[in-house]
Amino acid sequence: MTKLTSTMAGTVFGVEVAVGDEVTVGQVVMILESMKMEIPIEAETVGTVSEIHAQVGDFVNENDVLITFDV
Amino acid sequence: MVEKTTYNEKLEEKCKEIFAGGHSKYHERLKEQNKLFVRDRLALLFDDGQYTEDGKFANYEAGDLPADGVVTAMGKVNGQAVCVMANDSTVKAGSWGARTVEKIIRIQETAEKHRVPLLYLVDSAGARITDQLDMFPNRRGAGRIFHNQVRLSGFIPQICLLFGPSAAGGAYIPAFCDVVIMVEGNASMYLGSPRMAEKVIGEKVSLEEMGGARMHCSVSGCGDVLVENEREAIEEAKRYLDFFPANFTEQPPLKEAISAKVGRTLEAIIPENQNAPFDMYEAIDALIDEGSFFEVKKLFASEIVTGLARIEGRSVGIIANQPKVKGGVLFVDSADKAAKFINLCDAFSIPLLFLADVPGFMIGTSVERAGIIRHGAKLIMAMSSATVPKISVIVRKAYGAGLYAMAGPAFEPDVCIALPTAQIAVMGPEAAVNAVYSNRIEAIADPKEKLIFVQEKHKEYKEEIDIYKMASELIVDEVVAPSDLREVLANRFTLYETKLLSQPPRKHPVYPV
Repeated sequence: MTKLTSTMAGTVFGVEVAVGDEVTVGQVVMILESMKMEIPIEAETVGTVSEIHAQVGDFVNENDVLITFDV
Repeated sequence: MVEKTTYNEKLEEKCKEIFAGGHSKYHERLKEQNKLFVRDRLALLFDDGQYTEDGKFANYEAGDLPADGVVTAMGKVNGQAVCVMANDSTVKAGSWGARTVEKIIRIQETAEKHRVPLLYLVDSAGARITDQLDMFPNRRGAGRIFHNQVRLSGFIPQICLLFGPSAAGGAYIPAFCDVVIMVEGNASMYLGSPRMAEKVIGEKVSLEEMGGARMHCSVSGCGDVLVENEREAIEEAKRYLDFFPANFTEQPPLKEAISAKVGRTLEAIIPENQNAPFDMYEAIDALIDEGSFFEVKKLFASEIVTGLARIEGRSVGIIANQPKVKGGVLFVDSADKAAKFINLCDAFSIPLLFLADVPGFMIGTSVERAGIIRHGAKLIMAMSSATVPKISVIVRKAYGAGLYAMAGPAFEPDVCIALPTAQIAVMGPEAAVNAVYSNRIEAIADPKEKLIFVQEKHKEYKEEIDIYKMASELIVDEVVAPSDLREVLANRFTLYETKLLSQPPRKHPVYPV
């Protein structure tokens, strides 16, 4: 199991995957909005989405867990 | 051909013994660790494997300490004379005795006299504690190595290739070098070993976590280039050296011009929507000679890209915001990374290219507590005091202090070029309208009317910061079509070769570090 964390403080702007989706390295899985910018969050490993911890509109801090993957 | 006499045979025998390094079991150990013997490293580094060595008989009388665990030599790398210090980890784990330290100090003095780059091939367990009185505290003790490194900093290029540990005080060798290349899995840097950390502060941690190559190249920022093996480290060091003059009095070598990589145009790469991300690496590829990019600190603070490259054969240092990572926002680490890189280029007459697409410095409690203002000041001072040719290109947005950090008009760039997608402002339209009209926006009850008002104000604001208005006011010097940018840069860097800036009379500024 691996955890993908937020690279910076911001608001969730888009969730690009659903539970059960398989992802590849570098795939954009979530988009944050911070400092008026869209910040793509990429998967760091291959895996299957097991849990999504933040929804559109949620505020997340740096290092908060966004998505958990089964590897 | 050496004449055959008894004493010559004896000499030859002694040399052979020294060239063999430490005990065979330590050579076996090297193989297990995927490491090369020090003399094999040197053979790979120097042109035709040839080098001239001094002090190889150091500590010969001890019997088991060939060359006292360090090879110091002069030779050529890609035709350029350089000096080298290389630890031999088969001799007491490459630890430092009195003669080891003396040899390192002497090769530093040689590099200064001959004004040539100095490479440190580090693989050392640190000081021989049993020899401390002879090697640690005195005028020509280990401290002198670091003192000399500081003295040589900016005078000649100093490069560290970290093949193994650089422990305790020894960790300052990489710290004072211009660039540190680390071999993943073997290189490490730490003041106190994990064993010591457990004993002294009760922390249980692995060496890799605490001071491994990957950690230093991605978290601490002490490492600049992470490589897989020693051969790659040596190749990267050669590639790096090629961008630099032998010393600060000379100019970087001009190489043969190579055209840019064939790919999408900058018009296709850069989205007009200021908030949409794109990959700055692709834009850099469109501007530089193909294959010339040497990235520094790729894995650290990736929201800013710093690297050496060539444009029409000329060395340039690129500082570019990366909108794909953290929106290209400047943080504590990104400011620190860019400041050191600018200092490096300025020291050796490598002109600077700034590619600005930056929403500003990060805000919020966490960065304020981490001192983002003083780290930002460090970047702004480095950029501001650089006297090499500086070209500032406003790619898209350059908001607030972000404009300043990226060599905006007030910081005497030789030219500030805007692409038609450029947008210069204290802040973006959304934030600005909120800041100025928040009371009036809140006072409008009807949501439809509210939206109309906000949109009207956005439009007015965008007109206010229109790039042609900026050009009309002489804020930017030139507006250039993205596809012409490479040619414009090549032309201008050639024109700016003669740049000479006088400095106010003083010793040095007071650095905000």
